[in-house]
Amino acid sequence: MAGSPYGPQPDPGPPGMAAKLVGFCEELRGEGVAVGTSELLDAFAALSEVDWTRREDFREALAATIAKSQDDRRVFELLFERYFFRTAEAEAIQRGVTEHAEGGPPAGDGERMDLNELSEAIREAIAAGDEDRMRDLARLAIAAFGRGEGSGVVGVDVQRIRRTLGLTAGSQPPTEDGGERPPIDRDQLTGFERHLRRELERDLIERTETLPPSRPLAELDRALPTSPTQDLAAVHRAVSQMKRRLATLGHEQRGRKKGQLVDVRRTMRASLETGGVPLRLRYRPKRPRRPEIYVLCDVSTSVTSASVFFLSVLHALHDSFRKLRSFVFIERISEVTDVFEGERDFAVIAQRISSEGGVADVSGYTDYGRVWLEFLTEISDDLDPRSTVIVLGDARTNGREPHAEIFAQVSERAGRLFWLNPEPKLYWNYGDSVMAAYERYCDGAFECWTTKHLENFVNVVAGAAPSPE
Amino acid sequence: MIIIACMAEGSVAEVKEALAGVGYLADEPAALVSYLAQKLGKPILVEGPAGVGKTELAKALSRSSGRELVRLQCYEGLDEAKAMYEWNYRKQLLRIQAGGEAGWEDVQEDIFSSDFLLTRPLMQAISSPEPVVLLIDEIDKTDQEFEAMLLELLSDFQITIPELGQISATTMPIVVLTSNDSRELTEALKRRCLYLWLDYPALEREMEIVRLHAPELPETLARRLVEVIGMVRELDLKKPPSIAESIDWARTLLLMGAEDIDRETFAQSMSIIVKHRTDIDLVAERVGLRLAEAPSRS
Repeated sequence: MAGSPYGPQPDPGPPGMAAKLVGFCEELRGEGVAVGTSELLDAFAALSEVDWTRREDFREALAATIAKSQDDRRVFELLFERYFFRTAEAEAIQRGVTEHAEGGPPAGDGERMDLNELSEAIREAIAAGDEDRMRDLARLAIAAFGRGEGSGVVGVDVQRIRRTLGLTAGSQPPTEDGGERPPIDRDQLTGFERHLRRELERDLIERTETLPPSRPLAELDRALPTSPTQDLAAVHRAVSQMKRRLATLGHEQRGRKKGQLVDVRRTMRASLETGGVPLRLRYRPKRPRRPEIYVLCDVSTSVTSASVFFLSVLHALHDSFRKLRSFVFIERISEVTDVFEGERDFAVIAQRISSEGGVADVSGYTDYGRVWLEFLTEISDDLDPRSTVIVLGDARTNGREPHAEIFAQVSERAGRLFWLNPEPKLYWNYGDSVMAAYERYCDGAFECWTTKHLENFVNVVAGAAPSPE
Repeated sequence: MIIIACMAEGSVAEVKEALAGVGYLADEPAALVSYLAQKLGKPILVEGPAGVGKTELAKALSRSSGRELVRLQCYEGLDEAKAMYEWNYRKQLLRIQAGGEAGWEDVQEDIFSSDFLLTRPLMQAISSPEPVVLLIDEIDKTDQEFEAMLLELLSDFQITIPELGQISATTMPIVVLTSNDSRELTEALKRRCLYLWLDYPALEREMEIVRLHAPELPETLARRLVEVIGMVRELDLKKPPSIAESIDWARTLLLMGAEDIDRETFAQSMSIIVKHRTDIDLVAERVGLRLAEAPSRS
């Protein structure tokens, strides 16, 4: 099911549940979940043991056999909803099944509910967490005042209906006869909104008889993990993949003749065999670049979410490059190479850096200008054209002097200078970001907020051509 | 397939009930996965933060099914001699010295027989005549090589001993592996398991658990307790309180004869749920101060 599985002309694929499940796994693979054939077989075996009519059981049985980590599970949840909804709708369009064929209201059967009763019933269903009832009531609400005056934009309609029903998160107003109502928290309300959205979409699909195109999960849904404890595993997996790439990257270059330099001395020497005629050319051996790397990592509050990620990148880099010196900075700079070399456990490293890294964190605001000054005085003698400097930071100076001219000096002495910015390119140079001032002196400035960005960057450092965006 | 599904109807609920009967309130996914594990004969890989009842699930499965629990506690450096089997060298040596008359062939055949085998937990689980529950606890603490060694056991329920050949399980054990997610497990291991993520229970369920284990605790106090525990867990602690600690705290409150969790009671009994110097300070500051002052008892 490559590309767009369902165009405007719905194609439900081969009939039967097996095909649907295989299709579902295809989509999961498309999002990067490793679903093997054995997982698929397990899923079928598991499904034959549970009751299909119970949605929860069906989903959990699939999840237990297919999604084998928290990360996979999150993608699974997102896709499960979407895939089976779309599959059912595609089938419905195909067979021309509609719910409102008779023209009358779909639910209610003469039983009339006024606004208050409806909103009351919804509150009860939300409080009880009764998913089926919530779905029924969502349809009722849409039937009552969703159609006709709809704006056509599902998100807007959801909010309009919610407001009409008088549903808000937090503590609830007392009932008419003065009784207390349990408060509704945000998650519960979002749950109901999801039902509303789903039913509105269903309605829309039915009216237009087309499915909206299926998009890959938004990049942002899977952007860098922000919570340091839970998602560390995800970061580590990405970094370990990167490590594998780093280990093998150098080898690809060997044995390629293109772009090689003739070694004149050795060619002349070889020509002695053939009486001084250089029949065989000798080339200079091409050695993979093993750069000396200096990494400067911003650990201030403005990059909190990214710094965990960056620290673990540092961690991985230390494994891969022998000549690596790392520094962390906020207002001032401090070298943490020893911390990384003496300790294997990432959690311990992260803790040691935050507690005893020696980062002079007086105000908690980054002072890039000062950092360059200190960096240059500390290691200017060691910088040579073979060294690579990598800066991990958002270039937000908090209004302080950026000292771009000193940064230029660093750039001049170092062979290569890269900048990884945890902010999307869109936000560069807005507010106190002075990315443009520094970018001029960089050999490359990259946005780096997903593991994909990181991988692209690694390709560049290791000497391969950057993969196209 | 649908017919089979109908026949199996209600069994998930039965597993859930059986678990509840031995004092383990499983949520829907946990009950379903336990049920599937028994039906499909596949190991369960349970992941989640410390203290959410991963190990307890295995124990409860053992109690509810009446099977013996065989436990393998993993640690760094655990090898097959300690996990699977080991030759009893001393006994072998004795045999060689005692049997002076017998020829080399006989001795060799003899000393590599099952009489000279010391069984370790994994072997014990495989060779047990009665079906057992095998708990491989904290698998993430071991090295990757050890995981690879487990693969044969997990997929085929057999162990190969070079001198003896394959030893297959006569009865199907229920295998539970737990992991605190401190390192990424290999794909090969995960592929052989059913995956279950256990998280801290929702407020209502934790209240049920607490009340199941401390039945004398009044409902209002139990609710207050799990609410406070929830607040504490939301803080960024070194070690958030586990379910077992909530239960301990409930029992402590009973012993103290507390009627409500006010600032004073909290300060006195806080050490039950928070066990790090820095955590205690943080919790006292963030949660303790939000509780009501103790009523003056003058």
